[in-house]
Amino acid sequence: MSLFAHYNYHLAIILAMIGFYTMISRSNLVKKVIGLNVFQVSVFILFISIGVHEDGTVPILREGYEIYSNPLPHVLILTAIVVGIAVTAVALALVVRIREEYGTVEEDQVQAQDEEPGPT
Amino acid sequence: MSQTLALIVVVPMLGAAVAALLPAGRLPWLLATAVSWYMLAAAAMLAGQAMDLGVLSYAMGNWEPPFGIEYRLDPANALLALLISGLAAVVLPFAGRSLASEVPEEKSPYLYGALLLFLCGQMGIAVSGDAFNIFVFLEISSLATYTLIALGRDRRALTASFSYLIMGTVGATFFLIGVGLLYAMTGTLNMADLALRIPEVAASRTVHTAYAFIVVGVCLKLALFPLHLWLPNAYTYAPSAVTALMAATATKVAIYLLIRFIYSVFGADFSFGEMPTVYLLVPLAVVGLLSTSVVAIGQDKIKRMLAYSSVAQIGYMVLGIGMASATGLTAALLHLFNHALMKGALFMALGCIAIRFGTSRLEVFRGLGRRMPWTMAAFVAGGLSLIGVPLTVGFISKWYLVLAAIELGWWPIVAVIIVGSLLAVVYIWRVVEVAYLQTADDMSRCEAPLSLLVPTWVLILANFWFGIDTRLTIGIAERAAAMLSGLTP
Repeated sequence: MSLFAHYNYHLAIILAMIGFYTMISRSNLVKKVIGLNVFQVSVFILFISIGVHEDGTVPILREGYEIYSNPLPHVLILTAIVVGIAVTAVALALVVRIREEYGTVEEDQVQAQDEEPGPT
Repeated sequence: MSQTLALIVVVPMLGAAVAALLPAGRLPWLLATAVSWYMLAAAAMLAGQAMDLGVLSYAMGNWEPPFGIEYRLDPANALLALLISGLAAVVLPFAGRSLASEVPEEKSPYLYGALLLFLCGQMGIAVSGDAFNIFVFLEISSLATYTLIALGRDRRALTASFSYLIMGTVGATFFLIGVGLLYAMTGTLNMADLALRIPEVAASRTVHTAYAFIVVGVCLKLALFPLHLWLPNAYTYAPSAVTALMAATATKVAIYLLIRFIYSVFGADFSFGEMPTVYLLVPLAVVGLLSTSVVAIGQDKIKRMLAYSSVAQIGYMVLGIGMASATGLTAALLHLFNHALMKGALFMALGCIAIRFGTSRLEVFRGLGRRMPWTMAAFVAGGLSLIGVPLTVGFISKWYLVLAAIELGWWPIVAVIIVGSLLAVVYIWRVVEVAYLQTADDMSRCEAPLSLLVPTWVLILANFWFGIDTRLTIGIAERAAAMLSGLTP
């Protein structure tokens, strides 16, 4: 088995880790959302690559073709992409509201403002 | 075939869209309340059928399961469906007045739209028998929760909501990875079908990985220590009625998912034989239960104190799940139901206080025993139930948990459960002492309005009712546990 036999999985894992690292290490809230997106996309790639069949064609019944890729993971991921967009939209809306209230999108500055005694 | 099993999810979903279009004011609230009562009636009817027939199944769009999406109701889901709809039916009448005082009126159509979407997602998780469908409902209810938390008056609600969004999405995505890996190994997404096919491939690394991803993802959602960091802030800054509903149902649904995957999809043999689940869940539950109870004692915001106490109570449920016995599972299911009753009631009592004082800091409790006698009596009754005093629901579930631990000979765990209850005595007593033994400068009566008190007391009475007449809850929980675990009690 060559090193690249499962390159799709390696790619998904690398992307997931990049996304995860961005979410943890960046204090900018927008960058956190981007990290979250990269993380989700890695899962989409994982799903889509599961459905691929070697030498398979698009899943449309036609004479002369016996092997098809599995369309189900693709359909699932269409749904998951919609979910991902909704999550991103809500996250960005929250960032906008945070920016309105705090005047910043940096997490450490937001926390610093909260530690000052303010209205409760 | 009855359509009720589909309607119980579809009605709140359509209701959400309608509520968002209604003019601001009382109409959206009326609609949401009507929908929640419909859900309760439907859930009660379905639960009765599920207890008679064992399993109800509904094929979405008439596609035969396991190819199409199947909605499936057995005693375990039935308990959860009753819990979600019952709590919604009590909290929503309370929400009308409470939310009107905390959220600007022009937002009310979207507020109740989001609340109904939340209920739709929760109910969807409860009745769906399809793993991917559950992911979608998980995200629907989570997205609704994020917006609801962000409606809190304090600006910190925004950051609380944002960090919950990040952690919640990671949890749900983990769950999705697990489902994808399972699909790759078995070629099915139907949970009953998965349960049949997983044993054939159980020895593979992929299934082990899928199990790990699903358990960790769901544990993030249910706020198992140390993955609970999103919960205290989210509960503290959300509007009172939202906190009551969330604390009562959201984490419970995730607990149900954990039970469903550990016991029925993967099966107890795999989860506890092949995987070291006991060594993961039990120590985390014990450490979480004790440490968050101690943290709760030090809080001066009572809402936050109860939020930490919720994390501790989740520890009891996970402990019951980790025991891998029918009695332990019964205890977990019972505590799932009972804790929803007590935390719902306690957070509603705090909502009564919030409408008068706008906060839940400990100093406003001074003299409240005489200023708001009914509210404080409700708080004390809920607190007794939380501690586990006999005649309340808290006693029943802790009793079963102790029985389960004794059955296994886990004496240190029995001690942990008792110490946890004593810590609950301490943090409830702090509030009682301030409310009844200290006096404020202004001792005028300022009881909460009846529209808030009545729903609160309905839940408090439910705490006592189900603590004395346990046939319904224990009956369902025991049957569900026997069916899920395949072990006889």
